[in-house]
Amino acid sequence: MLAAPLLELDNLSTYYVSAQGTRVVRAVDEVSLRLNAGETLGIVGESGSGKSTLALTLMRVLPPAARIVGGRMLLDGEDLVTKSEVEMQHIRGKRIAMVLQDPMVSLNPLFTIGDQVAEPIRVHEGTARATAWKRAGELLKAVRIPSPEARLKQYPHEMSGGMRQRIVGAIGISCEPRLLIADEPTTSLDLTIQAQYLKMLRDLQQQHGLALIFITHNLGIVAKMCDQLAVMYAGRVVESGPVSRIFNAPAHPYTKALLNSIPRMGDPDQRLVAIDGQPPDLSNLPPGCAFAPRCPQAMPRCRDGAPPVFMPEEGRTARCWLADPVAVGADYRVASGAV
Amino acid sequence: MPVLEAQGLTKHFPARRGLFGGGGGTVRAVDGISFAIERGQTLGIVGESGCGKTTTAKLVLGLEVPTGGVMRFDGEDLQRLDAAGRRHYRKSVQAVFQDPYASLNPRMRISAIIAEPLTTNEKLSAAAVRERVLELLELVGLPARAADLFPHEFSGGQRQRIAIARALALSPALIVLDEPVSALDVSIRAQILNLLRDLQARLGLSYLFIAHDLAAVAHMSHEIAVMYLGRIVETGEARSLANAPMHPYTEALFSAALPSHPDERREEIILPGEVPSPLNPPSGCRFHPRCPQAMARCASEPPELRNVEGRIFACHLYDGAATARPSFAAVADGK
Repeated sequence: MLAAPLLELDNLSTYYVSAQGTRVVRAVDEVSLRLNAGETLGIVGESGSGKSTLALTLMRVLPPAARIVGGRMLLDGEDLVTKSEVEMQHIRGKRIAMVLQDPMVSLNPLFTIGDQVAEPIRVHEGTARATAWKRAGELLKAVRIPSPEARLKQYPHEMSGGMRQRIVGAIGISCEPRLLIADEPTTSLDLTIQAQYLKMLRDLQQQHGLALIFITHNLGIVAKMCDQLAVMYAGRVVESGPVSRIFNAPAHPYTKALLNSIPRMGDPDQRLVAIDGQPPDLSNLPPGCAFAPRCPQAMPRCRDGAPPVFMPEEGRTARCWLADPVAVGADYRVASGAV
Repeated sequence: MPVLEAQGLTKHFPARRGLFGGGGGTVRAVDGISFAIERGQTLGIVGESGCGKTTTAKLVLGLEVPTGGVMRFDGEDLQRLDAAGRRHYRKSVQAVFQDPYASLNPRMRISAIIAEPLTTNEKLSAAAVRERVLELLELVGLPARAADLFPHEFSGGQRQRIAIARALALSPALIVLDEPVSALDVSIRAQILNLLRDLQARLGLSYLFIAHDLAAVAHMSHEIAVMYLGRIVETGEARSLANAPMHPYTEALFSAALPSHPDERREEIILPGEVPSPLNPPSGCRFHPRCPQAMARCASEPPELRNVEGRIFACHLYDGAATARPSFAAVADGK
C-alpha cells in the first residue's frame, strides 16, 4: 500500500461565469491528479489550457468571476475546497506557496528585501522583527544571493532580474511549505541564470523534502526537472503519468504531437511535425474531444462524445479513445452504431 | 560571395549621465564583430541579454549606424553606396519581429499591410499590387480571403505568417528573424519554423536568426555565432558548434539549454554570477570573471578570434598545438 499522497485532486472543476451567467468558460474541468511529498509535477499546456487557473485554484486566489464548481483538493487529507478564507490564510504561504512568473510584479518596490522576505515569517510564526530578519538573511544565503546582510536593506530595483527571481523563491520557502507552485518561473531569465535558478530549486527541494509543481508551456523544463507530468488541453488533463514513460511512449495524440513539434539539439535534419489549426476557444468548445479537430488520429466517435479517463498502464491516465484497453476495432463498433 | 559580410563591426553608444549627458562613458554594445551570411543559408546568433545580438540586427537593418567597421552587401561597402544603392539595400534586407500582435497595425486590412512595402517602394498598378498580395498570401499558406480582414481576426501563428508575407513583398535577399516564434504557442511554433525553412529552400533566402531557444537556433541555422558582451566568442558550423563547443562560454550556454527528453539529462555547468554591464566590461577576455577555466593571462590579454583546425573561437585555452581541450589541472600545471 502506497503512502497517502501530499496533494490529491479529485474531479476538480473551476469555471469562469460572466456577470449575467450566460457565458461559462470551463477553465479547469474535472482534473484529477496526485503528488507525493518530495516529488516534482510538471503541468504543461498552451495559453488558454487552464494551467494557470489550476494553480490559482490550488492557492484559492481566484478572481471574482471564477468559481470552484466541483471536486475536492486534499492537502495531507484535508479538503482545501471547503476551507474558509481565514483558514486559507493560515495555509497560504505556510503550507502551500507560489512563485510567479514576473518578480517585478511580485515584489513591492516600496519595501526593503528584508521586510518582504521576513513578512511571511512574522505573519505565520509571530516571530519578532529582528529574529525574522535574521532568518531572512539565512534564506537569501540559501538562494545564493551574495552578501545577504547588505542586500536585506536594499530595494527590488537595486537587484538584477535573476536575483529578484531568487528572492521571490526565498519568500516562497520562508515558512518551509510542503508544496511550492512555480508558474512559469524562468521565462524572463537568461539561459545561464535559468540554470542557476533551477539548480537552486532542486537543492531546496532536496534539503526540505519540498514537493514542486511547475506550471509551464516548456517541455524542456519538464524533461529536466519533473518526475510526473500532466498535459492540459482546453481545461482538461488529457494525459498524466511519470515523465520518462510519457516522453518515451505518449498515450494521447496531443502529447505525441507536442513532443514531435519541438526541435531536438544536434539533429538538424529533423523535420518538425507541426500541429495544424490552433487551440480552441474555451467558451466555445467542440462537442466530443476538444483536440479532435486537430487530431491526426481522430475517429468518428471522438466528435460524438468526450472520452473518459482511461488508465493505459499503472500510474498513467489518458483521455483518449485510443487508450481504451478494449479499443481494438473500436472504430468499427462506432461505425456500426454500437456505441 | 556572401550576401552580407561584416568586418570589425562596432556600435558604441555614449552613456548619458546627468542633465546634459556626457561623461557617462561608453556602452560597447557591439565591439568589433565579423561574420558572413552566405546566399540561401542561415546564420544564427545566440547569447544572453546584453550580448549585442539585437544591436547587431539593428545594424544589419540599417536602424542604427555603426561607429566602426565595414559591412558589405553583395561585395559592396554599405557606407560607399549612393542613394539608389542604399534604396536597393533597404529593399533587399527585411525583418520579422517577435510579437505579431505589436508589429501589425490593427487599423489596416491585411492587403494594405502586405502591400505597404510595395506601394512605397515600387510603382505598381493597383491590380498588380493585389495580384502580388494574393501570391504572397498563398506563399505563406493563408487563404486569399485573408486579404480583406483585419489583424485581430487572426491567431498569433497566422499573424506571424502575415508578417512574413510583408517581409517577402519586395523579394528580399536577406531576412532578419528576431525571436520569430518565441511569442507563439508551442503547438504553433513548428508550423512557422517549417514555413521559414520551406521559404528558404524555395526562394533561396538568407536568414539572420536571433533567438534564445538554442535548440530552435541549432535546428534552423547553418552557422552559429555565439556572442558575449558585444563580442563573438565562437562561430562555426551549427552541428559541430552545438555538439562539441570549444569556448567555455559556448559549452556552459549549451549545457544550460533545456533537454528535449528526460533521458538526456546531462552534467551541466553552472556559471557563477551574471553577465557584467557592457558599460564597463571586464579587462582581457570579457568572460574571465565567470569562466571555470580562466587563467592568469585571461584577465589581461583579450584573446583574438582565430581559426584552429576549422574551428573559430576566441580563447587562450588552446594556445600551442591544441587538438583536444586541455584539462584545467594540466593548464594550471603548465603555468
